[in-house]
Amino acid sequence: MHRRLINAYPSRGASLLLSALPFLLILLAYLAGSEARLAVNPNDKLLPAFSSIGAGFSRMAFEADKRTGDVLLWVDTAASLARLLAGLAIATVTAGLLGIAVGLLPYMRSTFSGFIAVVAMIPPLSVLPILFIIFGLGETAKVALIVIGITPMILRDMILRVEELPREIMVKAQTLGASTWQIALRVVVPQMLPRLIDSLRLSLGAAWLFLIAAEAIASQSGLGYRIFLLRRYLAMDVILPYVAWITLLAFLLDYGLRLLQARAFPWFVEGRKQR
Amino acid sequence: MTAVSVQNLWKEYDGRVVLEHVSLEVAPHSFIALVGPSGCGKSTFLRMLLSAETPTRGQILVDGEQLPGEPTADRGVVFQRYSVFPHLTVLENVLIGLEFAASPLLGKLFGKARRKAREEAAGMLAAVGLGDFLALYPSQLSGGMQQRLAIAQALIKRPRVLLLDEPFGALDPGIRAEIHVLMLKLWRETRMTVFMVTHDLSEAFHLGTRVIAFDRPRNRPEERERYGATITHDLAIWPPKYPVADNETPPGGTTRPLDDAGAQPGRPGAGQ
Repeated sequence: MHRRLINAYPSRGASLLLSALPFLLILLAYLAGSEARLAVNPNDKLLPAFSSIGAGFSRMAFEADKRTGDVLLWVDTAASLARLLAGLAIATVTAGLLGIAVGLLPYMRSTFSGFIAVVAMIPPLSVLPILFIIFGLGETAKVALIVIGITPMILRDMILRVEELPREIMVKAQTLGASTWQIALRVVVPQMLPRLIDSLRLSLGAAWLFLIAAEAIASQSGLGYRIFLLRRYLAMDVILPYVAWITLLAFLLDYGLRLLQARAFPWFVEGRKQR
Repeated sequence: MTAVSVQNLWKEYDGRVVLEHVSLEVAPHSFIALVGPSGCGKSTFLRMLLSAETPTRGQILVDGEQLPGEPTADRGVVFQRYSVFPHLTVLENVLIGLEFAASPLLGKLFGKARRKAREEAAGMLAAVGLGDFLALYPSQLSGGMQQRLAIAQALIKRPRVLLLDEPFGALDPGIRAEIHVLMLKLWRETRMTVFMVTHDLSEAFHLGTRVIAFDRPRNRPEERERYGATITHDLAIWPPKYPVADNETPPGGTTRPLDDAGAQPGRPGAGQ
């Protein structure tokens, strides 16, 4: 008698193999396509061979650019990460503080919940021209785009999470004699920090999107700037490793946040497992 | 030693009457068990005692004074779930009550003041049998231990009134019997007035000095909207439980009738 599919679990080894499978398939498909195209036209730029991708990557990562004398990959990475992290930091702090205040205080909720619901509906990219006009084409506009893009998301999530705290917990804190400030400081904020990390992780994708969009439109450096610049030359041998690099950075950021959550808030991870 | 007086209390939600005509005089150091079918308003009544809800009509007096409009430290509470802070360890969960009082700005104590408060909190935890688990988080505790923690957390503030909302409902019978013994002991030692909502009649009669049943006298479908529940039975439990600690011989031959108050916690029927 066969088990139902919902009860059939792969063994440990099979599980590892299966998780590698989609990557291998994509790789194989690319190799096959690349071989086929290069066989017809050795100068094909669309699906370059792995050797030329490797060459393109090492040119960007290890050789100084002839015009500027910089090693471009690192300069681009530094510029992009600085913008991204600044945006994330500002958005997280703003959304965290405001979200907790709005979730906790009825007066704040009455004042801001309607406003936030409307502002969150503004498509952030449509604000980009305004940002460029106000802040010029420098760093501020790009950071501002990321902030405007992800703050509403984190903010609304925070408000929901605060309101989700069991009523019992809030009553209990009051029966222990806590003031509003003490409840915020010792009961709500510590419980919101790990949830803020969850929220931040979910908004990482959007943050990268806004970063690359801003860099593509007006910039002198950055990972997004580079791939959009190289698009003009169909330089797939550099664009592909750049995309892979961006993916790796995004993955590491996400992974780091998950690790931080597990380390700093063991009670949260433990409690989640039990649910 | 705190007396509670409930005077003609009503509670309505959007015109639906939940409780009506609830009047009750509670002597100091009573242990009131509130029983009744689901949805008869006994938890609502408890929340009003807690000021987590406001009565539509009527008033509640504690030692002759009207209840404040929000929960305060003189009324402790233990809920069935979510009673303790998941982000604090066992020790911190009890310590925090002392820290709220002593440190208005940070809600946290340091150095010598903390050591002193820690000692008091650890003592309270030892009294409920959690002395060896100070560093654990609530999610690492069993259900019974979590409720012990919730009791210790509430008692560290020395409340005059303790409100229990089905506190032992989710516990195994054996654990429940143990915690009953503990509860009676603490009730005797602290001399506070206790209100306990429970679904378990044997628990109500075992722990309570008085069992109060809520029910809807008019419960036909067309009556349910306009008539709420009220007190239908009010039973004083005999023999009376005296405020003596466990296994302690009461002062001999003074006012004691023939009873076995000292042996109450071990009475058969506990936790069934």
